[in-house]
Amino acid sequence: MEEGLLHAVQGYMYPNEVELQWSILIVLYPFTTGLVAGAFILASLERVFNVAAVKPTYRLALLSALAFLIVAPLPLQLHLGHPERSIEMYLTPHTSSAMAMFGFVYLWYLMAVLVLEIWLDYRKDIVLMSRTETGWKKTLYKVLSLGVDNISEESLRIDDKLGRFITIIGIPSAFLLHGYVGFIFGSIKANPWWSSPAMPIVFLFSAIVSGIALVMLMYMAVCVLKGIPIDMPCVDTIARYLFYAFLIDFSIELMDLIHRIYEADESFQSLDFMVHTRLYTSQILIQIVFGTIVPLGFFAFTQLVKLSESARKGIYVLAGCLTLMGIFAMRWNVVIGGQLFSKSFLGYTSYKMDFATKEGLLPAIVLLLLPFAILWVLVKVLPPWEEPHDGAKAETAAA
Amino acid sequence: MNQDRRDFLVRAGKVLVLTAPAAAYWDALAAGKTEPEEPAYRMADHFWGMIVDIDKCIGCGSCVRACKTENNVPLEPFYFRTWVERYHVESLSEHPEVDSPNGGYNGFPEKYAAGDKAKSFFVPKLCNQCAHSPCTQVCPVGATFESPDGAVLIDQTYCLGCRYCVQACPYGCRFIDPRTNTVDKCNLCYHRITKGLTTACCENCPTGARQLVDLKDPRDPVHEFLRTHKVHVLKPHMATGAKLFYNALDGSVR
Repeated sequence: MEEGLLHAVQGYMYPNEVELQWSILIVLYPFTTGLVAGAFILASLERVFNVAAVKPTYRLALLSALAFLIVAPLPLQLHLGHPERSIEMYLTPHTSSAMAMFGFVYLWYLMAVLVLEIWLDYRKDIVLMSRTETGWKKTLYKVLSLGVDNISEESLRIDDKLGRFITIIGIPSAFLLHGYVGFIFGSIKANPWWSSPAMPIVFLFSAIVSGIALVMLMYMAVCVLKGIPIDMPCVDTIARYLFYAFLIDFSIELMDLIHRIYEADESFQSLDFMVHTRLYTSQILIQIVFGTIVPLGFFAFTQLVKLSESARKGIYVLAGCLTLMGIFAMRWNVVIGGQLFSKSFLGYTSYKMDFATKEGLLPAIVLLLLPFAILWVLVKVLPPWEEPHDGAKAETAAA
Repeated sequence: MNQDRRDFLVRAGKVLVLTAPAAAYWDALAAGKTEPEEPAYRMADHFWGMIVDIDKCIGCGSCVRACKTENNVPLEPFYFRTWVERYHVESLSEHPEVDSPNGGYNGFPEKYAAGDKAKSFFVPKLCNQCAHSPCTQVCPVGATFESPDGAVLIDQTYCLGCRYCVQACPYGCRFIDPRTNTVDKCNLCYHRITKGLTTACCENCPTGARQLVDLKDPRDPVHEFLRTHKVHVLKPHMATGAKLFYNALDGSVR
C-alpha cells in the first residue's frame, strides 16, 4: 500500500497529503443533496409559479426529493471515523464550523419543508385510503393521517393554502440547503481549487439542473413502465426549464473559469497542469464536453427546431442522462480534484478507489440505488398519480 | 434532669463544632487529596510558539525520529507531526525542487553535487499553532481548539473523524491516525511543556535550529531574537496568525 501510494505522487507533496481524505462517498453527498434541491425547485414551479404544464410530475418530484434526502446523510455517516459521535454535531455544535450547521439545515429541510408539504398534499388521499383499505394498510394510513380525518372543503382549502406557504418557504430552504453545501467547499481558503465565492452559486444551479433532469427522466420511465402515454407538453416544459437553468449554471462556471485563468494567481500553474493531466478525462471530456456542451446543444436544438415527438423523447432521454453524468463529474472534480494537488503547488497524487471497502465503489453504488428503492416504497404507499387510488377503491368495493 | 439537658447541649455543641471540619475533611478524603494544591502550570501565564532557524538545520532528521517516538506517531511515511523538507533552488528557476524522503526520518541521502550553482537548505515543518487557525474554525464539534496558552490541541475522545480540519490546514500538518480514526498533529509535546520541559524535537535537535518559545515570558530570549532577526511565517497571506517563526526563510518555501 505504501509503495503504491508513494508511486502515485508526482513532484512534491507534503507527506500527510499523500493519502486522500475524502473519497467517492463525499462525492455522493453534494450529488444527492443537489438532486433533492433540484427536484424540489421543479415541484415548486407548479405550486408557486403556476406552471401548470409540469403538474404531472409534481408529486413524483416531491417523493423523489424525499427519497434522496433520506439517503443524503448516509455517505457522510459511513465516511466518519467515529459515526457513533455524529450526534455531537446536534448536541454541541461548533458555531463557527460550516459543517456543524449541516444537521440543522438538513433537519429543517426534511421535517419543516418536505415531509410537511408531502403530508399536506396527500392528506386527503391518506384519509380516504384509511377509510377504504383494510388490515395493516388501514392502520398504516390511520397512523399517517396523524388522527386528522377532516377532509371537508374548508379543511382542504386550508391545507392548500398552508402547502403553498410551505413551498414558498421551501424555495429559499432548497437554495440554502445546496448553496450551503457549496459553501462547505467554497469557504476553505487553504484550497484554491475550492475557495471561491462562486462555489455556492455554482452548486445551487448545478443542483437545480440535476434535480430537474432526474425528475424528467423518472417521469418518462414511469410512464413507459406503467404503459401510459408521456405528457409531451409537460416534458417539453421541463426540458425548457432545464435548458434555462443549465445555461445559467454553465455561464457562472465559465465566469469562474475565465476569472481564474485571467487572474492566474500562485495556484494557477499547478491547477492548470492538473486539469490538463489527471483531471483531463473527468473534467474536460466528461464534465465540460459530454456532460455540458453536448446536452446543452441537444436542448438548444429542441428549442430551435420543430422535431417529432419521438425525436424529442429520444433527445430528452439522451441529454438528460448526459446532464446527470456531467453534474456527477462536476461533483467528482470538485471533491476529488481538490485533493489531487499539493497545497505546496509542487506535486500531485492520485485517487485509487477501492471496491468492496467501507468507502469503496460498492457502497457508493448501493447508496446511489437506495433512493430508488425508497422511492419505490414511497410510491406504493403514496401513489403520486390519480388513478390507482380509484382502482384501489374499486378493488375494495369488489372484495 | 437539668443536668441531663446541660450535658446534651455541651455534647451537641461539641459535635456541631466538629461537624464542619469533619465534613471538609471527609470531602478532601473522598476527593483523594488532603489539601488543595496550587496548580504548577497556569495556562494564562504562557503563549507558546517556536522559532526555526533555517541556517542551522542540517537535515539529520533527529527531530522527526524524536517526535515519532515521543508521541507514538505511526511509522508509515504519510503520518507526521513534524517533517523536514530539502529545497534545491536554482537561481533563475521559477519552481524549487523539493523532497522529503520518509519525512526526513532517516536524514537525507546526498543528491546534489557541491557547487552546482543552486542553493540547498532544509526546512523543518510542523503545526504552526495558529492564533486564528482555520482548522479549529471548521471543526463541527469543537474537538480541536486553541488553548489559552497558544497551543492548538485536539480532544481525540471527541473527534468525529470527518477530516474537515485536514482539508482546512494550509500547511498539511494534520493526518488521520489509522489506529484511532481520529485526527492528530503536533501539539508542541503538550504533556512535556506543561511540566516545564521543552518539546522532543527541540530537545533532540543537535544544532539548536528549533526552539520552543514562550511569547508571554518577558525573560524568554525570543523577544531579543525577533527584534534582531528578519523572521517570516509560512504563507502569510493566509492570515492564520502562525506562531512558527522562521529565520532566513527563502521566498521559494511554501
